[in-house]
Amino acid sequence: MESSSSAADWKPTISQEEQWTLEGQVFHIYRMFCDIPPNSQSAMLELQRDSHMEYLVKGLRHLGPSFSVLDANRPWICYWILHSIALLGESVDVALEHNAIDFISRCQDQHGGYGGGPGQMPHLATTYAAVNSLITLGGHKSLASIDRGKIYSFLRRMKHTSGGFSMHDGGEVDVRACYTAISVASVLNILDEELVQGVGNYILSCQTYEGGIAGEPGSEAHGGYTFCGLATMILINEVNRLNLASLTDWLVFRQGIEGGFQGRTNKLVDGCYSFWQGGAAVLIQRLHAVTGSTSSELSDDEDSPDQGEGQQSDDELNSSSSPVNFIKRHTKTEPLLQSQALQQYILLCSQVEGGFRDKPGKSRDHYHTCYCLSGLAVAQYSWSKDADSAPLPGSLLGPYSNLLEPVNPLHNIVLEQYNEAREFFSSASTL
Amino acid sequence: MLGRIDRGEVRIIGVDGMDSDEDERQLLPLSQRPEWSDVTPVPQNDGPNPVVPIAYSEEFTEIMGYFRAVYLADERSLRALHLTAEAINFNAGNYTVWQFRRLILEALNADLHEELGFVEQHASKNSKNYQLWHHRRWLVEKMGTEAAVGELEFTKKIFLNDAKNYHAWSHRQWVLQNLGGWEDELAYCNELLEDDIFNNSAWNQRYFVITSHPGLGGIEATLDSEVNYTIKSILIKPENESPWRYLRGLYKNNMQSFVTNPKISTLCLNVLTSKVNPVFALSLLLDLISNGFEPNKDLKNAIEAVIPESNSQNSDISVTICAILEIIDQMRVNYWRWRKNNLHSQVAEGVANLHIH
Ligand SMILES: [Zn+2]
Repeated sequence: MESSSSAADWKPTISQEEQWTLEGQVFHIYRMFCDIPPNSQSAMLELQRDSHMEYLVKGLRHLGPSFSVLDANRPWICYWILHSIALLGESVDVALEHNAIDFISRCQDQHGGYGGGPGQMPHLATTYAAVNSLITLGGHKSLASIDRGKIYSFLRRMKHTSGGFSMHDGGEVDVRACYTAISVASVLNILDEELVQGVGNYILSCQTYEGGIAGEPGSEAHGGYTFCGLATMILINEVNRLNLASLTDWLVFRQGIEGGFQGRTNKLVDGCYSFWQGGAAVLIQRLHAVTGSTSSELSDDEDSPDQGEGQQSDDELNSSSSPVNFIKRHTKTEPLLQSQALQQYILLCSQVEGGFRDKPGKSRDHYHTCYCLSGLAVAQYSWSKDADSAPLPGSLLGPYSNLLEPVNPLHNIVLEQYNEAREFFSSASTL
Repeated sequence: MLGRIDRGEVRIIGVDGMDSDEDERQLLPLSQRPEWSDVTPVPQNDGPNPVVPIAYSEEFTEIMGYFRAVYLADERSLRALHLTAEAINFNAGNYTVWQFRRLILEALNADLHEELGFVEQHASKNSKNYQLWHHRRWLVEKMGTEAAVGELEFTKKIFLNDAKNYHAWSHRQWVLQNLGGWEDELAYCNELLEDDIFNNSAWNQRYFVITSHPGLGGIEATLDSEVNYTIKSILIKPENESPWRYLRGLYKNNMQSFVTNPKISTLCLNVLTSKVNPVFALSLLLDLISNGFEPNKDLKNAIEAVIPESNSQNSDISVTICAILEIIDQMRVNYWRWRKNNLHSQVAEGVANLHIH
């Protein structure tokens, strides 16, 4: 720093150059949008449902050789596509549905959990993707194909001494592993003390000085891990142990001038963070709604003793904080994200002819299609009083046909299918 | 993020970096190589009508068929090791192949330096691949402290092209913590921040060094010099969010010093009166006031001067700050409104915190 002369003050750094170049591209699109007549504008804002469906269904039926690098992610590709289709309020035909259930079952390991493809080792992330896919498909056959008992023993086997989880036998330990394990256990109704033990401490150790959550202790606050960490803490009912004030402050500053979210401080906007950050913003918004007492929920808690697992004595608070009720909770709080600006970025900058992309200049893929649409849904419903009630008029950008299905942001599953699964697995026998 | 592979990282399929002996052998399909004649490849059990079917190349299908055969037979041999290398060349994201490779390396008591060379070949094309970094960490852990210098150099090389590579930073932190090599780390952070003061990964690393470096004495011992460094950085580019967050981080567990250090309020005053973006200064002031700080007349005037017409003769300066932020920081208008509505409970909480200390 000492040697940085005043000349350095005006010479843009790499971060600035990249940011300004992208801003130029984004504002070029927005200016063009402003200059065209209103009917062209609404056409530009329209969600291209047909071309998205075509792109998605085509991916289910055929993927080119370049997808070989995703050969250990096939349940993910299923989830990205099936969840996108469900968000659009569509479904696949009976044959495709049957084939999807059959294929995903072939990824199930004989000792529990799902791998990246048939014959591959079970992996927590692909287990999450497979379970979410099957829930999204819905119906008895699909839900009954999940071996809960074996998944439970797989999850127990992945439990790490740090309190977190390993992604697979000999795999990495990080916040994603915690989230995918806890999300699966929660939705399948097999979450217990043994699985929860130590998870809260691990996530806490990953909250950084910036306020967001990192992948591992010491790393940089990051949108994907922040969503995973926050959702995990809510699912295990320990969210108040996080410093929610600093998390919220970090989070709201991730929405940039382009309207979309960046993943980290001073990085470029990227469409997929519409969900990771947008979803986290909606979770925080619902936390504010807890029994109306917003302030103590969100103030710095660093000096108060750890509120360890299940220490809250107030039964009522406990029940209102359980994940199911959490999602049903009425919110009086306004969204923390700028919903219109986010929808504008997704529709005008991420949307392409069939699918979505990270940012202008990049090409579409199924991952960004899934998380742009998920983020769009989250933004559209961010003004709703209930998770499943229609958005307030004016909160939807573009024509009414843009309206997507509401999601359960904790698992990123369309609400209707989530509710069906919840009912199915709550009546399922205990292990 | 979750399961993500960037388009730009899709690698050109090919075999590279192998010794020439292997190069020649790889011209032949496995089925025609004599050393594989005793193995029957195992096809992938995709079922009759799989979804998301990938149109694998013939070579890919063949290699994976042989891989499944040796994997199922748990054959931890040299030829199996070579096979995993070929499978990884086609798809470096296959964690099953990597994990099996580790088992083989252990069984064969393989030369770890050679293995590091193998990982190296893949590093540049797959710099965002979880498996590769995980494998590297496993390897380096086995090698021990002798590997530290090389790993620190290696991550530096990655940062030349991608100074914010998340995996590389995690790896570097792991190396420092487990194998050492802290000596020049703060200087390295300085260097990176000199190149790009907006590099938040470098700021994060700086925080890691300050809090974890065994020889620096922790945050208390470095607080003064760090605060000076951060303030200087903020004044160079007041619109840069990174040092503002870093400054808060330095006082994370020491709110009282934060509130009482005159350098901090002077910084805010300087920024507010210099016609630059005042959002971060106002936001910091809001936090300070919430924790019991009382701004003097100059500072109050500077705050109100940001939007003179907003001067509401409001006795509560926090309310004024929130009102200003609602106007000048439209993207976060709801957040500032929410902060405004929760001011009193925050002050109460902040004061309570002060009493505890
Ligand atoms: Zn992305």
